[in-house]
Amino acid sequence: MNPVRLLPRMPLHVFLVVIAFLWFIPTLGLLITSFRTPGDIVSSGWWTTIPGLFQPGQFALDNYLRVLNQEGLGVAFRNSLFISVPATLISVIVASLASYAFACMGFPGRRLLLVLVVALMVVPLQMTFIPVLPIYRKLRLAGTYPGIWLAHTAYGLPLTTFLMYSFMSGIPKDLFDSASIDGAGPLKTFFRIVLPISVPALASVFIFQFLWIWNDMLVALVYVGATPRVAPITVAVANLVTNRGQNWELLTAAAFLTMILPLVVFFLLQRYFVRGILAGAVKG
Amino acid sequence: MRKAMLVLLCLVVFAGVGFSQQKTVYVMHGWPGQQAVAFAKVVQAFMEAYPDINVVTEIVGRDRPAILATRLAAGNPPDVSPIPWLGLMAEWARAGYLVPLDGLVDVSEQIPALTPLGYVDGKLYGTWQSANVKSLVWYNVKAFVEKGYQVPTTWDELIALCDRIVADGGVPWSIGLESGAASGWPGTDWIEDIMLRTAGPEVYDQWVNHEIPWTDPAVVEAWEKFGQIALNPAYVLGGPVGALTTNFGDAGAPLFTDPPQAYLLKQATFIQSFILNQKPDLVPGEDFAVFPFPPIDPKFGTPVLGGGDVSVVFNTGGPLNGTREEVITFVQFLSSVKAQEIWARELGEMAANKNIDPVATYPDPIARAAWQMLLTADSFRYDGSDLMPGAVGAGSFWQGVLDYVSGVPLKTVLDYIESTAVDAYGY
Amino acid sequence: MLKTKKWHPWVFVGPALLILTFFFVYPAVATIWRSFYGSGQELFGPNVRHVGLANWRYVFTNPTMTRALRNNALWVGVFTPVTVGLGLILAVLLDRVKYERVLKSIIFVPAAISYVGASIIWRFVYAYRPVGLSQIGVLNALVVALGGEPQGWLILRPWVNNLLLIAVGIWIWTGFSMVIFSAAYKNIPRDLLEASRIDGANEFQVFRRVTLPLLRPTAEVVGVTMVVQVLKVFDIVYVMTNGNYETEVVANRMYKEMFNFFNYGRASAIAVVLLLMLIPFMILNVRRLAGQGGVQ
Repeated sequence: MNPVRLLPRMPLHVFLVVIAFLWFIPTLGLLITSFRTPGDIVSSGWWTTIPGLFQPGQFALDNYLRVLNQEGLGVAFRNSLFISVPATLISVIVASLASYAFACMGFPGRRLLLVLVVALMVVPLQMTFIPVLPIYRKLRLAGTYPGIWLAHTAYGLPLTTFLMYSFMSGIPKDLFDSASIDGAGPLKTFFRIVLPISVPALASVFIFQFLWIWNDMLVALVYVGATPRVAPITVAVANLVTNRGQNWELLTAAAFLTMILPLVVFFLLQRYFVRGILAGAVKG
Repeated sequence: MRKAMLVLLCLVVFAGVGFSQQKTVYVMHGWPGQQAVAFAKVVQAFMEAYPDINVVTEIVGRDRPAILATRLAAGNPPDVSPIPWLGLMAEWARAGYLVPLDGLVDVSEQIPALTPLGYVDGKLYGTWQSANVKSLVWYNVKAFVEKGYQVPTTWDELIALCDRIVADGGVPWSIGLESGAASGWPGTDWIEDIMLRTAGPEVYDQWVNHEIPWTDPAVVEAWEKFGQIALNPAYVLGGPVGALTTNFGDAGAPLFTDPPQAYLLKQATFIQSFILNQKPDLVPGEDFAVFPFPPIDPKFGTPVLGGGDVSVVFNTGGPLNGTREEVITFVQFLSSVKAQEIWARELGEMAANKNIDPVATYPDPIARAAWQMLLTADSFRYDGSDLMPGAVGAGSFWQGVLDYVSGVPLKTVLDYIESTAVDAYGY
Repeated sequence: MLKTKKWHPWVFVGPALLILTFFFVYPAVATIWRSFYGSGQELFGPNVRHVGLANWRYVFTNPTMTRALRNNALWVGVFTPVTVGLGLILAVLLDRVKYERVLKSIIFVPAAISYVGASIIWRFVYAYRPVGLSQIGVLNALVVALGGEPQGWLILRPWVNNLLLIAVGIWIWTGFSMVIFSAAYKNIPRDLLEASRIDGANEFQVFRRVTLPLLRPTAEVVGVTMVVQVLKVFDIVYVMTNGNYETEVVANRMYKEMFNFFNYGRASAIAVVLLLMLIPFMILNVRRLAGQGGVQ
């Protein structure tokens, strides 16, 4: 980039770097804290370690080892995967099917239903437990994985449908016309045209839905319970803290360990957040 | 897409494989960390003694009241849960959620002061799993010796000691009222302990049952005595702001800096594990020790304020009053000498069975001293905030402590708590 | 609009509608019904008494509740514009720099941290130590370094502490807003932007005349999502102050009434209030949602 173009862009870079810095500081604090001893954590600020960042003895892996050596952590991790991967897939599938109909098809009551679906976002999930759970028991879904997949699908559905709808409603109409001419039915149109175009939106909805399910504890406690055989990692991590307080050193380490997988998912999906999928398909 | 479907199908099949049917006891507790380990050892001992009974443990920390309430309403509670909320136990007992244990469980070995607290309307609903002593003041022994400070035995001596520490350029108290969503509870312990010493156990009971209002002079006096210390910027590390923003678990650390940032900490027996977590080199009894929170009105002596957990059995529709024989066997085992010794030894916490061997059970002199206090107290009372309805004991009382310490006038605070109490008790 | 047989759409929306009816519509109706009944923790049963409008009176007259309503309004007024605006600006600006992915990840990270983790992080930002001791909180360390007095930030009622809690929310949710805007922005055909550049528009004009109108639907979607998040804001307040020092919010109050005080009736009334609070925002959006044929 030549200097003539770089100069006017300086404020841009400064702005972005400042924002990123502000966003990064708390995370950095968490990361450094996770390597410190409980005594150090409460007696000096985490940033005081920075001048001697590379001196030996400042940091220790004890916190991480204690978290990793906790009994049953591997099982909890597996449980978390068993809960979040299918639940995310199901909810994204159900939501994109529904939003496809809402966005691209005409049917009576469409608008009213759509508004209703969006309004349901505000129903506090805590208020749904007691009405739903007795029926869950009768259906023998309580304490099972399919039961919690369904619950997570439901709790994420209003938002995921809303997001997918808003994206799909922007798909240009001429695409459907050409599909109709080709004689494609709605299912074919969905797989051939709508889904491929929606990849960036699917990727973003997927990542957030995955995150919320991965970090959830309350829904898991209600629908599968806390028995080590089925409980997810959030429940296992919560058990690290002492009776009445928080073992900050362990919680910080655990926060980072549990964050790794969602971040990997984010990095993997980031390549789908690219320009041009739709742009290339449209003749401006 | 097709692959994903296949994976889904496999998972459905996998998840559908049901539980094997065997005699099983489901227990849910809220003890994470060390306590969870200790309880697991108790459970292990039980399964060795009764190989045909399987125990499945669920640990639910912060959200346990919510989860228990939900599961009760939905009709699938665990069999047993040790809970500290005696007020809640009474509500649940009256709503028919709990199994009366009279004639099923023998409680004759329990500490006599605790046993009556397991009863609701004359029926036994809770057996004691553990106890703790709250009326303790922790101090740095070496710093005391160095400065020539004496352990106070009366309230006036305590205030005199505070003034002397201030005169020496120190700060007497480290107070930590912050506790996340439960912030304020350490202050309720202060007020309860003071109330027992200024108004006596009978008035304390009236207060807990809301037979006297929160605006009663006896209640006001207890709050003011608490304020005499907590609101005095010279007495408290960081002043009232320090008290409000310090986590109760971190409040021990300032006693052990060099020179000490503070000299005294009022907290229950369990705080020892917090101190040792942050200062692993300290030796209990040598580096730090406890003295009883001193008497105020000599008439009432040195009462002991305590807390603890009672095991309650939920009605799951079984043949024995709504439960099953294996559940009763398990509950009986929890309060036995064997289980209690394992539990107390592992944690240094108080056992609830009076027949345990204190020398073999308690690893350090502090726990032994607390055990003596528990057995020989002039009077024993349970943590009042856990006896009150949730809206007061886990609501406006906690909030009131924080408001008072942050400068809201006492009358405003007490009027507010009183209004919530009238609402919650219904009188 | 896609040409379909009459029953086709129902096959596609059917599963979603079934699930939503079971998990939301039925409980919402039950909650409205329950809001006219008293305390206790059951939905039905012999212990549940009809109390008329008592719960509703409580919701609108109790000082703690009115304060919670005020605080939720403050959240809506600050959190929503900041997360939407910042997310939009970041999405557009980051598109022009080579280090887009790195910065996006940094701003996304808070969304990946659990609320428990986030609450610990922010403890170490707002922590207070008395004058003279070494500060362990970033904010107070900064204040002291600049010659000021350390403050107990979260107890500075009612404005400072509320705004500091809102800051935590912004830190967590801006990543979401940015990712959604970014996905939408990258779908704007580049030739449109280039065309107006060739017409002599400067970057700001391109943004105002081309980008902004095209992102408007997305902004409304993100805006509604943020308003909903604010109305339901719970975890941040619950773990940081639990509503003490005048930081109470409606959803936290609901949780307390429901699970700490076992007052199902009141909690239900509060939950219905949350629904009612969303209505004005829905009306603002309904015309767009409804008026749009789906395909312009």
